[in-house]
Amino acid sequence: MNTLVMISNMILPVVILLIVVIGLGRKLDVYALFIKGAEDGFQTVIKIMPTLIGLMVAVGVLRASGFFDFLSWILTPVVKYLALPAEVVPFILIKMFSSSAATGLALDLFKTYGTDSYIGTLVSLSMSSTETVFYTMSVYFMVVKITKTRYTLTGALIATASGVAASVAIALWMCG
Amino acid sequence: MMSYLWGGMIVIGIIYAAFAGNLEAVTDAAIQSAQDAVTLCITMMGVMSMWVGLMEIAKEAGIVERLSKWIGPALRFLFPNVPKGSKAEEYLSLNVIANVLGLGWAATPAGLNAMKELDGLRKQRGLTPGIATNDMCNFLILNISSLQLIPVNLIAYRSSYGSENPAGIIAPAILATLFSTVVAIVFICIVNRFCKEQRGM
Repeated sequence: MNTLVMISNMILPVVILLIVVIGLGRKLDVYALFIKGAEDGFQTVIKIMPTLIGLMVAVGVLRASGFFDFLSWILTPVVKYLALPAEVVPFILIKMFSSSAATGLALDLFKTYGTDSYIGTLVSLSMSSTETVFYTMSVYFMVVKITKTRYTLTGALIATASGVAASVAIALWMCG
Repeated sequence: MMSYLWGGMIVIGIIYAAFAGNLEAVTDAAIQSAQDAVTLCITMMGVMSMWVGLMEIAKEAGIVERLSKWIGPALRFLFPNVPKGSKAEEYLSLNVIANVLGLGWAATPAGLNAMKELDGLRKQRGLTPGIATNDMCNFLILNISSLQLIPVNLIAYRSSYGSENPAGIIAPAILATLFSTVVAIVFICIVNRFCKEQRGM
């Protein structure tokens, strides 16, 4: 457990160090490059800001309406044997279709339950170990006009399920 | 599709609130959430700018290129029909590395090009158009299993919602995503052993 935290805290500094040292070794103008990239990063965030406002408002409205409580009440009997809190289920389902809508739900869960709670940890882990299955498949297959996708969906769903399962196991371990 | 999803959320939320008597809470939530989104973006601007800035150095220093060369052999094992040194292999590796480094802007174009190259290989092998080849299925499954080294966005979200240790999630997240990728690879290997390419009609 402590080792995991230690590794986590080492990764970012080590990656930054490697990049800067290699950049200097290649005699690059690392500072100018950093500034140029930072500007792009800045623009990216500005571009996603309207999306985020739209989705956070929609999720906020749903949360305040009491609909999420109703949904959890329905889902609890279904998922209570899976160690999967009913609150997280909508996030996992939406994540298969839209990454930004899922982000809206995740942020709502962070706000409601805290980032370091069991739910917060579980959402964080599932966020990084699952992908937008249906969106990705439709975009990638569309460019080559594939209509018969054969075993792709099965494999993608198995990968997603194992990502969620691993997230549950690790979150349970981290949060006791 | 986003219109239905987004519109549906708003419509369900407001109608449900009207029946549950929560309309006042909805008013506050709508305004509060819009403000929260902006606050969140301000936190994210810092983290994203830092990360993309570093990645610009990594790109110019040839690190991204070097890494994608290294994983070539590993990929050859998963895509036996992709010739060594082909364009397809180059795009596949670049897509995987860009995803690992969290470079969304580089990952998608490379991925789409990889699909086009794989479709070219399909044509060369005389397989039916419109039916995915094993390589295409394998590539998408691998892509969807989402191997990522540092989830930068997630760290930004966690820090803006008051996490004790926002970056503490890195190693556990790598474990989780590594597990789903390993499962995906095992699945691909099993399927490739038993599933022959499918031809139409």
